[in-house]
Amino acid sequence: MSNPLADMDKPDVIFCIGTNMTECHPVAATRLKRALTRGAKMIVADPRRIGLADISDVYLPIRVGSDVSLLLAMAHVIARDGLLDDSFMEEHTTEGEGFLEHVARFTPEWASGICGVPAEDIEAAALLYGGADRAAIYYTVGITEHICGVDNVQSLCNLALMTGNLGREGTGVNPMRGQNNIQGAGDAGALPNNYPGFQSVTVPAHQEKFARAYGRPVDLEEGMTKVTALDLAGDRIRAMIIDGENTVVSDPDRQHCEHALKSLDCLVVIDIFMSETAEMADVVFPATAWAETDGVCTNTERRVQRLRAAVPPPGEARPDWWILSRLGERMGWEGFGFQSAREVFNELCSLSPIYAGLDWDRIARSEYQWPVPEPGHPGTPRLHEDGFINGRGIFKMLTYRDPEETVNEDYPIWLTTGRRLPAYHTRTQTGRSEGLDYLLSEERLEVHPDDIAGLGLQNGGWAELSSPRGCVHVKVRATTRSPRGTVFASFAFNDVPVNVLTGGGYDPVTQTAALKACPVALKPVAPPPALGQTGLGGALGRTAPP
Amino acid sequence: MGRNGTALTLTLDGERVAFRRGETIFEVAERHGKEIPTLCYDPRLEPFGGCRLCVVELEGARNPVASCTTKAEPGMVVRTRTASIEVQRRVLMEMVASENRDTDVDPLHGYASQEMATLLDRYDARTGRFDGALSGESRFDDDNPFIKRDYDNCISCYRCVRVCAEQEGDYAISIMNRGFDTKITTEFGGFLNDSACTFCGQCIQTCPTGALGDLKALANRDVPGETETTRTICPYCGVGCSVDVMTRGDQIVGVLPAMDGPANEGALCVKGQFAFDFVHHRERLSTPFVRDLESGKLRPASWDEALDRAATDLRRVVGKHGRESVYAVASGRAPHEAAYMLQRFIRAGLGTNHIDNCSRA
Repeated sequence: MSNPLADMDKPDVIFCIGTNMTECHPVAATRLKRALTRGAKMIVADPRRIGLADISDVYLPIRVGSDVSLLLAMAHVIARDGLLDDSFMEEHTTEGEGFLEHVARFTPEWASGICGVPAEDIEAAALLYGGADRAAIYYTVGITEHICGVDNVQSLCNLALMTGNLGREGTGVNPMRGQNNIQGAGDAGALPNNYPGFQSVTVPAHQEKFARAYGRPVDLEEGMTKVTALDLAGDRIRAMIIDGENTVVSDPDRQHCEHALKSLDCLVVIDIFMSETAEMADVVFPATAWAETDGVCTNTERRVQRLRAAVPPPGEARPDWWILSRLGERMGWEGFGFQSAREVFNELCSLSPIYAGLDWDRIARSEYQWPVPEPGHPGTPRLHEDGFINGRGIFKMLTYRDPEETVNEDYPIWLTTGRRLPAYHTRTQTGRSEGLDYLLSEERLEVHPDDIAGLGLQNGGWAELSSPRGCVHVKVRATTRSPRGTVFASFAFNDVPVNVLTGGGYDPVTQTAALKACPVALKPVAPPPALGQTGLGGALGRTAPP
Repeated sequence: MGRNGTALTLTLDGERVAFRRGETIFEVAERHGKEIPTLCYDPRLEPFGGCRLCVVELEGARNPVASCTTKAEPGMVVRTRTASIEVQRRVLMEMVASENRDTDVDPLHGYASQEMATLLDRYDARTGRFDGALSGESRFDDDNPFIKRDYDNCISCYRCVRVCAEQEGDYAISIMNRGFDTKITTEFGGFLNDSACTFCGQCIQTCPTGALGDLKALANRDVPGETETTRTICPYCGVGCSVDVMTRGDQIVGVLPAMDGPANEGALCVKGQFAFDFVHHRERLSTPFVRDLESGKLRPASWDEALDRAATDLRRVVGKHGRESVYAVASGRAPHEAAYMLQRFIRAGLGTNHIDNCSRA
């Protein structure tokens, strides 16, 4: 997030797009609700009539994957009606003139034909956002999990740049990160293009620094992304170490993933449970879990916080850093003698400029949001307050692109996937906590009542959902939260593995999968023979894991 | 500071103290360690003035005033603990207690659950003095696994109603009737699961009497040992809510929201509040496993064997296909140290950049 969570009750206008915050980031959503109570206005763009839509002032039910068209038209209206922050554009941005010319042709009427939202609603949203003194954008993976995920994010940045909604309280472009330490995994350097602290691996100064720190020559080119590595498994990639990820359930195109992992010569998995992915490994290391591990995590607002062990782990489970240090030693490498989490974290701080002012002791009270460039620095709750680090914000000339797969005669319905409040990801944790089943015991495909009637389905009955990559059987729930022609399922339940279906296209820059837009066919089927059995093994031509 | 730059002051129990414009008498007194008793006050909520325990003497006012709803003004002369105020508070406590069945409340009920019991002790208030009536009707028929609804212990402070509305914006809890007939209930008087309730647990944590209680924590009331707390961060989404994990011995018995957590300021959701016991699940891995070369099945192994096996296999792959043939995927769930060590393994050990995390999925 460019701005702190504490800013969330400060905007005059809130623009939520591709974020189901009341279910996925419920505590952050309470701040937005308080802003509304105070009198803020809210725009919500989402294909589904999610909880936030119910409390919005302008709701834009866009077709899945059409975000760029909507955002171009909003920019058009803001430019047309002179709602620009001229001095901000002058002082802090570049390519502004070209951008204003660029958006002149993208009218609300044009966008309406693509995203399906009435032109007057697009106008209303643009006037609200453009007219606000303090407007803030919040988004989640509804923006990024498309073939045009980068374009979507840049379209949002364009809106913020043209209206000067950056670097001030109650403004910003704010991605809500989905996992407790997904920000930290990037901070710590688990990226193919960056060393710790987002230092590019292709910059000679960084290469020298890490070659020196690690006492060995380093490769000069970027590594491959996980998507590419899975594609090349059994070919150029022969061994994988997977830490705490249930890849075969959470990643797109499950059959492809399983095939990839099976074709490795060696798969090492570190996890707290025997996940479907761990079942495929040659070696499984038992890790300590939350509340058993001393360590550090970074939240969505870049706040670096301490995790503390409260109980001992079961049996011989060990912290991930310990496992990897010992494995490094067994590999015969120097410099893997780490004996504590503190030692590991302090090395990370010593190599990462954004953590240079931090160490294990300084973060004890959750006070710092990075960058913290030197000891004594108070941290940076709000980015860009003194302009942009790299000079100027650059407007991007974007155009709308269709998703790689679009609805057609064979697959006439959009499937969009996501999460539900009582379940977390693939339920490895929430599925093993007492009581959560009371709130959510099974997956149900959310279908508009008109589609249920039109397709001959029954509310509570079973349907077969298929894409070019496979098919899944799932119970159906009638709800007007889904628009006509679009259905929704979460990927929480292993017996409804919707990621068998997904995987049609990736963002060319980030290789993020288009999990939010997948054309499918839908037809009624008989209930599975015995409830409790998934019946999927047969449908998929393989046996479901135990 | 006042408008003309001078400090705003009032007299508090004979001492001149400074205050900030907009502060209530209660807030000023709290800052000066006065420990004014209250039952309907939660610093995160709008002042309510319902319980009247926080009354103080204000010179010039005919009757004592509720300090939680009265804004501090320059020159006020306030007395927080006169004999007559203390008597009045004791009578009030005895009236409150008359509504109440249990005054000995297990702290596992929730964060504020001891507030009433503590005040009854402080004022040595007798529970049987007034012939009260129970307000509310317990809903032990509500089969939800998280929130105990024992309204026999309700004192109608409305904190649950207010936290649900003001903090959560859910408006799941409502009020019926008045006076002794007041009932805290849900819309249409049904079960919480049929209401707008999201089971965030905030009502449990603000309840000062244990009328609402954390059923998951209370299920552990027989676990031996003193309850200790450890400050850490919730394991679920990226908001990073601070929590205090309650433990007895080696067992987690519950979770308390951290009121001073910078990301959450006391708030939690159903997952952070209640989904903690996966940690002790019987399916947790407690030993390494290796795939048996003969049977092809995973079997338990010692650390020595498992580490050797992994290192041998990885070395063989590197020897045969080169160091570029090893790939690593870090977790968005594990701490920094896990991600850092995995990238260190790849970069310092193999010299490649073949490392990613799960954020692309």
